[in-house]
Amino acid sequence: MVKGTRTVADDRRTGSSASPAGDGRGPRGRAVAGTLERWTAVTRRRLRAGEVGSMPVVVVLAIVWITFQSLNDNFLSPRNLSNLSVDIVGTGLIAVGIVFVLLLGELDLSVGAISGLAGAVFAVLNVQNGVPEWLSLIIAVLAGTVAGAVQGYSFARTRVPAFVVTLAGLLTWNGLMLYVLGTSGTINLDENGLVAQLTSYYFTQDAVAYAVAALAVGLVLLVAWLDRRRRVAAGMPHRSLQVIVARAGGLAVIAFTAAYLLNRFQGLPLALLIFLVVVAGLDIVLRRTHYGRQVYALGGGVEAARRASLAVTRVQTAVLAVSGTMAAIGGLFLASRITSVSQSSGAGVLLLNAIAAAVIGGTSLFGGRGSTWSAVLGMLVIQSIASGMAITDTPAAIQFMITGGVLFAAVVIDALSRRTQETHGRA
Amino acid sequence: MSSPPLLALRGVSKRYGAVEVLTDIDLEIRAGQVVALLGDNGAGKSTLVKVISGVSPADRGVIEWEGRAVQIRRPADARELGIATVYQDLALCGNLDVVGNLFLGREIRRYGFLDEMEMERRTLQLLERLTRGLPDLRAPVVSLSSGQRQTVAIARSLLGDPRLILLDEPTASLGFQQSTEVLDLVDELRDRGMGVLLISHNMGDVKALADRAVVLRLGRNNGFFDVNTASQEQIISSITGATENTPRRPAHQEATW
Repeated sequence: MVKGTRTVADDRRTGSSASPAGDGRGPRGRAVAGTLERWTAVTRRRLRAGEVGSMPVVVVLAIVWITFQSLNDNFLSPRNLSNLSVDIVGTGLIAVGIVFVLLLGELDLSVGAISGLAGAVFAVLNVQNGVPEWLSLIIAVLAGTVAGAVQGYSFARTRVPAFVVTLAGLLTWNGLMLYVLGTSGTINLDENGLVAQLTSYYFTQDAVAYAVAALAVGLVLLVAWLDRRRRVAAGMPHRSLQVIVARAGGLAVIAFTAAYLLNRFQGLPLALLIFLVVVAGLDIVLRRTHYGRQVYALGGGVEAARRASLAVTRVQTAVLAVSGTMAAIGGLFLASRITSVSQSSGAGVLLLNAIAAAVIGGTSLFGGRGSTWSAVLGMLVIQSIASGMAITDTPAAIQFMITGGVLFAAVVIDALSRRTQETHGRA
Repeated sequence: MSSPPLLALRGVSKRYGAVEVLTDIDLEIRAGQVVALLGDNGAGKSTLVKVISGVSPADRGVIEWEGRAVQIRRPADARELGIATVYQDLALCGNLDVVGNLFLGREIRRYGFLDEMEMERRTLQLLERLTRGLPDLRAPVVSLSSGQRQTVAIARSLLGDPRLILLDEPTASLGFQQSTEVLDLVDELRDRGMGVLLISHNMGDVKALADRAVVLRLGRNNGFFDVNTASQEQIISSITGATENTPRRPAHQEATW
């Protein structure tokens, strides 16, 4: 009963009770020490309760980077990191859509096929029929939305598990793609066109990358500060200034280091900027809107959500529509990277990589836990392994086995943390 | 008492396919009254709760709310009337935190985004009134103890200021001290003038709390008792079916209701 009462509550509840006094340090030192103590207490409690969040994946990423850097000095070079940051975008965008579906506790197997379909639709409309690029682009993305919505509605109404519905979808959309492509095996895109620019354009001025980093840190600080001011005014528990500054500082270090490294090569890639904006935007949608709360609720229990009179069918349809849309957008980025579309677009390990990325990043397979940022972290791990293997001339066979091992570890951590959470309550 | 009862069911029936699970059920609950709903397993207690809460609506019969016939077809209908339900399985989303569960489906918004602070503030107010051991409002509900979860479920039902609250086996999974806390809470709800329909297997709880007892057996009414005057043996024999001679149609015969 006493478990998790408010005295040891989470980090936003750091009240005025500071650390034990009289340890010889100044008031500032004591405050910092107090914050640290509370932070470790909170972290320890969370870990015991099975809330591991994104910590395992960050550890894995650090191990991967250190290993490859020690094997080959070029791994952490600006050039390689810059390429890495563009390579993760296509599959990463698809993985963001997968995160939505995983939050429901379902799987979407059709994203690979939909991404190929979107590329084919774009190429056929634009290259073969002369439709303006922007219009072809919109139609291609909408094709993904419609395909996803159709699957979502069938899944919601028939209550057939989504992985079966989307398995049928995989075959259907793949067939449709081959039909759309017709006899033309491979279509090359315009090298200087809009879609090709998606992954080939870099903001070459140094100022752009730094400005984006500053803007991101500034926004995070502003939101945290406004929230704190409101909570203080209402007499509610709130984050201490140290925590807010520490978090923003951590973000600033990452953002400005990345900006510096990217500027050492060709500047901020447009693709990376789009990817991060999409991920951040959808993260806000999931955590801060009515719609997102419904997605999480459905992952926590469909029956409970239904009794709370949520529009279950509508949310389920929308989630698969999001996943289809993201698959189509990701497919266009993948086509952009190789400036061509072929019959094998969207095939191979793409689907598996997208799902693996979401899971490695910390989104639960059991539904209800995860965030869009796990798509970024998971893709970083997968692509770092791929890139490191390429740099060190390791055969692809080893790469698959290592990625498989990481995925397995991620799933085990997911299952363990879920079980810890459940047993934690039975006291 | 001349005012109409808060909720009255007259001749309510419900069938699942070929099986008639409720037949001609009558029931009355007045404001400030705790009515115990008793019956063996499969007697139709939980089905009756689902009928009243709109989860699975009645097929036949009349439901009256303060003397006026109403339709309860969806959970939202019941909620609008002022009927709140705490289900036996609590129907909480384990992955959401306490605040998220309390406000699920009726989130407070500010500039189109969820207003977490306001929701947290109201949660705190509500829970401080209900319980001594406040749970961590930001921990996922699955990590709370079962007593805390029960408290969260009850708090959620009270959020919309209901007039009638349905409690399906609120103490079944609780230890002694937690049960006492929940029962005190029920007592307080009655004192505030709410109607309570309490489903329980525990005769001790019923004797201690309820004003009236309604017994179901095999989907039919099988007895109405004034808990203060009826003996425990009478009630139990009505539950088990040892006596079939208890009055089946109460209201108009028992003017004292």
